[in-house]
Amino acid sequence: MLKSFTNLVVCEHCDATYTRVALAPGEVARCGQCDAVLYRASLLDVDRWLALTVAAAVAFVIANVSPVVKISLQGLHSQATLWQSAAALAHGPAAPIAVPTALAIIVVPFMQVSLLLWVLGHARRGGRRAPGFRLAMRMLAGLRPWSMVEVALLGILVSVIKLSSMVEVAPGAGIWATAALMILITIVASRDIHWLWEFTDRGRPRGEGRS
Amino acid sequence: MSRPAAPDAHGSVAHQREEAPMSRPARALDLGLVSCHACGLVCEDVLERQGRVPCPRCGAALHRRKPDSLARTWALLIAALILYIPANVLPVMYTSLLGSGSDSTILSGVVAFWSTGSYGIALVIFIASVAVPCGKFLSLGLLLASTRRGSSWARRERSKLYRMVEVVGYWSMLDVLVVAVVAALIRFHGLADIEPRVGILYFGVVVILTMLSAMSFDPRLIWDGKDE
Ligand SMILES: [Zn+2]
Ligand SMILES: [Zn+2]
Repeated sequence: MLKSFTNLVVCEHCDATYTRVALAPGEVARCGQCDAVLYRASLLDVDRWLALTVAAAVAFVIANVSPVVKISLQGLHSQATLWQSAAALAHGPAAPIAVPTALAIIVVPFMQVSLLLWVLGHARRGGRRAPGFRLAMRMLAGLRPWSMVEVALLGILVSVIKLSSMVEVAPGAGIWATAALMILITIVASRDIHWLWEFTDRGRPRGEGRS
Repeated sequence: MSRPAAPDAHGSVAHQREEAPMSRPARALDLGLVSCHACGLVCEDVLERQGRVPCPRCGAALHRRKPDSLARTWALLIAALILYIPANVLPVMYTSLLGSGSDSTILSGVVAFWSTGSYGIALVIFIASVAVPCGKFLSLGLLLASTRRGSSWARRERSKLYRMVEVVGYWSMLDVLVVAVVAALIRFHGLADIEPRVGILYFGVVVILTMLSAMSFDPRLIWDGKDE
């Protein structure tokens, strides 16, 4: 079994090695050499984290079923959801870009929220590791840079302003839900999911997975 | 509030620190340690003896530095630079109003907002579509060139520059989303229509390539050279 040292932390930006110290809530441990964040004290316990993830799931559903913008032009009406927006790119010569767009604004956020619900739902019952915990944690780390809910929201706002000179524009329920989802997903799926590893370590038999 | 983690509470780390000629904290590499890029676990470095070692905690492959970091970063950056030309020259959007249509590029979109007095929105699009990608090209080029030479110049600042590139990079997708939303809304056949054009495909691919390029760069390489 490979030896591992849970009392140490290595700065992923400069390879400096430190001993972990306990932080007070809200404190941040920074690398003395390159100033990168080493780790943070989590402000959320698992129950609150799960509650916010459930809220994010609700926001996700609303953001995806209701239109984000409605417009009218000379008695004609039109509206678009997030999915319809991504699908609109699929027509014409730029069609391939519809795939990464749909991934970034719909599929990746959906997977982040689902994986967190799965992992946290098990963790809150005595620090248990969900089936597939290792894979889920690796996926959550890998998906994070590709989640672009905040960019989608800014894109919607810019579109509203762009069109307001041409047609009558009204915000749909989806725009508020997208804003809520943006805030919630930033909180629940941030960089600091690492401590779930330590938290769930408590629910396992002593010695397992350690040297 | 912030404070650095106590660097010398652990015996072996403190020991190494005292022996180091400079007052730099010990590198994991010199301590025979390797940290998992996926879950952060610090492990004993046995990569010398066994080629491929999975992280005992999460199963991701352990490595001291990102593989072929500089070559991959260069390749993706150059590909992005080349595609940035058609992304700007080719139209990203086609607008037809009552039968008369016109193509618009990214820059002509910015100019149109500016000329109608929407300075704020023109600035937002300019920053996301021009300033951020160009800043990324320059920053990554600078990081690559200085890292290849093993330069010890402004290491801390270069680390911060890299983190900034990572954080702001994906905002460039803004233009793709604006075209998507606008094209989804304006489809009043014959009266008014907006369609995406091939330029937005190139632009989206440029953003993805620059993100992949930044991810391939290993910021630890900045600190690997000798002190001058
Ligand atoms: Zn550091
Ligand atoms: Zn790991």
